Amino acid sequence: MNAALRQALSPARCPSGGLRVHIEGEPCVLRCSGALWVLNHRTLIAADLHLEKGSAFAARGQMLPPYDSRATLDRLEAEIDALQPAAVVLLGDSFHDARSVGRMAADDKARLDRLAAGRDWIWLEGNHDIAALAGAMDDLVGEVVETMALGSLRLIHEPQPSVQPGEIAGHLHPAARVAAHGRGVRRPCFVTDGRRAVLPAFGAFTGGLDVRDPAIAGLFAEPPMAAALGRDRVHALAWETLR
Amino acid sequence: MFADWFASRGWSPRRHQLEMIAAAEAGSHALLVAPTGGGKTLAGFLPSLVELAERGPRPAFGPGSGVHTLYLSPLKALTTDVERNLMTPIREIGLNIHVESRTGDTKQSKKARQREFPPDILLTTPEQLALFCAWDGAREYFADLKCVVLDEVHAIWSGKRGDLLSLGLGRLQQFAPGMRRVALSATVDDPEMIAGWLRPGRPSTAARSPYPFHGEGTARPVSSLSRSDGEGDHAKHGGGVDRDVTIVRGDPGAPPVIDVLVSEGHVPWAGHTGQHAIPEVYEALKRSGMTLIFVNTRWQAEFVFQSLWAINEDDLPIALHHGSLAAEQRRKVEAAMARGDLRAVVCTSTLDLGIDWGDVDLVIQLAAPKGASRLVQRIGRANHRLDEPSRALMVPASRFEMLECQAAREAVAANAFDWEPVHTGTLDTLAQHVMGCACSEPFAMDDLYTEITGCGPYRGLTYEQFEEVVDLVATGGYALRTYERFARIVRTRDGKWTVRNAQTAQRHRMNVGTIVAAATLNVRIASRRGASLGGASKQLIGGRKVGEAEENYFEQMSPGDTFVFAGQVWAFQGINGMDALVTHAQDKDPKIPSWGGSKFPMSTSLADRVRAMIQDRDHWRVLPPDVQEWLELQAARSVIPDAETLLVETFPRGSRHFLVAYPFEGGLAHGTLCMLLTRRLDRLGVGPLGFVCTDYSLAIWSIKPMDGLDLGALFEPDMLGDDLESWLAESFMMKRTFRNCALISGLIEKRQPGNEKTGRQVTFSTDLIYDVLRRHQPDHLLLKTARADAAAGLLDVARLGQLLTRIKGQIRHVPLERPSPFCVPVLVQIGRERVGGGQAAEMILDASAYGFDEADLIAEVMADAPPELAGAE
Repeated sequence: MNAALRQALSPARCPSGGLRVHIEGEPCVLRCSGALWVLNHRTLIAADLHLEKGSAFAARGQMLPPYDSRATLDRLEAEIDALQPAAVVLLGDSFHDARSVGRMAADDKARLDRLAAGRDWIWLEGNHDIAALAGAMDDLVGEVVETMALGSLRLIHEPQPSVQPGEIAGHLHPAARVAAHGRGVRRPCFVTDGRRAVLPAFGAFTGGLDVRDPAIAGLFAEPPMAAALGRDRVHALAWETLR
Repeated sequence: MFADWFASRGWSPRRHQLEMIAAAEAGSHALLVAPTGGGKTLAGFLPSLVELAERGPRPAFGPGSGVHTLYLSPLKALTTDVERNLMTPIREIGLNIHVESRTGDTKQSKKARQREFPPDILLTTPEQLALFCAWDGAREYFADLKCVVLDEVHAIWSGKRGDLLSLGLGRLQQFAPGMRRVALSATVDDPEMIAGWLRPGRPSTAARSPYPFHGEGTARPVSSLSRSDGEGDHAKHGGGVDRDVTIVRGDPGAPPVIDVLVSEGHVPWAGHTGQHAIPEVYEALKRSGMTLIFVNTRWQAEFVFQSLWAINEDDLPIALHHGSLAAEQRRKVEAAMARGDLRAVVCTSTLDLGIDWGDVDLVIQLAAPKGASRLVQRIGRANHRLDEPSRALMVPASRFEMLECQAAREAVAANAFDWEPVHTGTLDTLAQHVMGCACSEPFAMDDLYTEITGCGPYRGLTYEQFEEVVDLVATGGYALRTYERFARIVRTRDGKWTVRNAQTAQRHRMNVGTIVAAATLNVRIASRRGASLGGASKQLIGGRKVGEAEENYFEQMSPGDTFVFAGQVWAFQGINGMDALVTHAQDKDPKIPSWGGSKFPMSTSLADRVRAMIQDRDHWRVLPPDVQEWLELQAARSVIPDAETLLVETFPRGSRHFLVAYPFEGGLAHGTLCMLLTRRLDRLGVGPLGFVCTDYSLAIWSIKPMDGLDLGALFEPDMLGDDLESWLAESFMMKRTFRNCALISGLIEKRQPGNEKTGRQVTFSTDLIYDVLRRHQPDHLLLKTARADAAAGLLDVARLGQLLTRIKGQIRHVPLERPSPFCVPVLVQIGRERVGGGQAAEMILDASAYGFDEADLIAEVMADAPPELAGAE
């Protein structure tokens, strides 16, 4: 990691295993779960939950396990319990398709409502769920927005081209791969250069796109940091070690 | 007519060929067990040819116009070969018999024509049979079927392909109750096992059958009591079920002449490539006609091919043949062999099976044979004439391999073949078949259950298991029942199951027959596509295909790394979709060592012989002098274990402590044992660091000494309980196995209309599915299936269980000051494993990460952190 990047991020390990960095000067924690914790605003941000992805496949004849929504909500609940956020922002593609809300099991839906109670709950629109959010606003707790500002940060589903100071986005599902001892390890990761960040997908069944893909790498003028999700800590990977 | 034809060629029908005709006339199923070169395939077809020659004019449509004989071979190439060989007598006798082949490569137009106008004899593969079972109208198509011929059945019956084949046969028997089953097998230890697999229906004498019908005698669920049962079913099946299998044995050929090459009088201490003997192997080639050089892995094939060409001063035409080469390239080598243009071919098990590739003069088995049956099969490649002995040369790569070669030679001389364990039908394969049946025509639960329990591997299937499989096919088999409305198969008004709609059936047919291989990438020569528009950077694209290799081989590579493949050194450039892109490399020495452990562990019976030989000093005299000295030295420095005890040596070396054990149970069982032992050693606090194993022994090293441990407790068989379970759950291999089960069962489809999912994508998403499923429904059918698969296959748990039971109370511990002669091979073996298990991934991530050490970095950053942020997390 070069000095400029290190300077911009001023990274530090948190006791939770997360990595504290600064994005456009805003102190944030890259959590092991793949969520972003914005300290000064007590706001938890999670991208690309893709709830009901399993049932979306089942509807098309591939019977993936119907447990992905509850697995995702388990993790979201654990983060909310640990951090007690004042606000939760879901950064788009929270639902896998337009009919996802209707397919949710009743107890999963009830749990979602319970989590949203007593705090600001914001759904950002994503390409997968803009129709779901539009169609189910009466059924969902919280408010729907296209983008929003948070301190020096600007939250949006899909990263925008060119320089975007403070942009926090999802959509791309970044994943990083390293190899050693004859084995490769691929994990979802955060990507950030201290000015903008792309969050890993939070959903249980969400795949990943290699961070070196031009769609992700092209967002950064200089090699950024890829912070991969380990079991109990976030690993800041050197760009040149990625495979 | 046939007698005249035989006479015109100067032949007389062989005894076993006449017995096969007699079995057919008696209406009996038949299993022909004969060595290679005995006219086996013709013997299988003769009864059909006789019948077809005697029949009257064939109607153009309606009854009697369908396929008469279906021939199934495990290899596509074999069907074309057989088609050629079958046409000769048909043409020369002047028979009006229509023969066609059908494989995945057959043109669509020809396939369509075959459906309209079935040939008399259709030659195809088990995968195509699975597809036939899913046809709409399969029942009518096969109504006239009189006979099905299974070639090389020994190579296929005991795995998932064998399961699918057996289920397909059960289906055909329903369509054509009078159909006879004819199987052709190489010489095997116990033909009764294969006969039991082949025999339709439930055996009349359960005790004699290797496949007892387990369901008998256990209580039936009330819900299924109304099913028709017993005699009534037989009437439904028709005659084919009641008939037994006649076992016909071919005459043994002349005993083979097997030599063991002892290079310049020496056998190396250790190694697995046989590199030391290459010059002498080359000399043997020069003295012989066409030679097949068999090795155990494709990387070894590459290595030997390179080594031979490096000293090929006479420019002998030496070729390479293994499963990773592009099919086109393999066909070229095969054609050159058939023309007699080659002097030698370095090959793997791809040339084990039946095709007659011209006149092979000598077979060289480079490195250990691993089993007597395999060795006989390979030796049979030389000289396809029964009355002349085949010539073979074995080249041991190490001293233990020398013992193994000698044991194999003695086993062949004693006609002692390897036995195979009884195989129980797999449920993922059954799921695929059930879906196929539903695509073909609606089925009733009870009828299909009766049909399936009449198939060898599924005689023990309970009705509950069957219901569970049907539920898996319908809605994924989940406890959370939210998918009913998406079901792939649905109930008709009369209670039968049928496919949901035409698209679902089409998708199944695209994926049918998938007995999954490891995800492979195409190895293509990279070329740079010029940036034409806008000056974007040049991108590498794949050009000519060199071959295919397992995806995980490339996972460890970085761009620029060099490796040997298809006989050349390549530089890896990157992966693009399903392609591994490579360029020609300048270096002679590849950077990535290409190695792979033997795919086949040493067979149990061969292992028994090796153990017996080691303890018998009189037996040592047949061995080369340096191997005898090595054994004597072992006796002096440590001990020679007797066949019933497990020798365990412990000694310090450098800063580490070693434990070396000699179970001789094959690499797979040893690998599993090491995984489990290191878990225990970790709990005992000795700090195990790594392990390595061979087919003969295993070594574990640790921080603290292990000689004070209670070895009896360490090797206690109860490690196969919870320890195995918890290790398996985390294991990377388990995810791979699960992926295969998910694909075979149809839970996940590899191919969908319009786009093919790459192995990479499938692997990634099935890992996530595995994790979620394991957490939320650990008793899911596919998780159980994957566990059973892993235990039976990759882990060799059954064999490990036998080992642990055999050595209980029989451990001979010898603490040593320095390594013993026996332990040298394992200590210099490549392919060491670091202890890590589930931790390994974390360790790799951690090793690749920046050193953000908690203590100093927290201190560093906290020094200037705003006070309100301290501890805010």
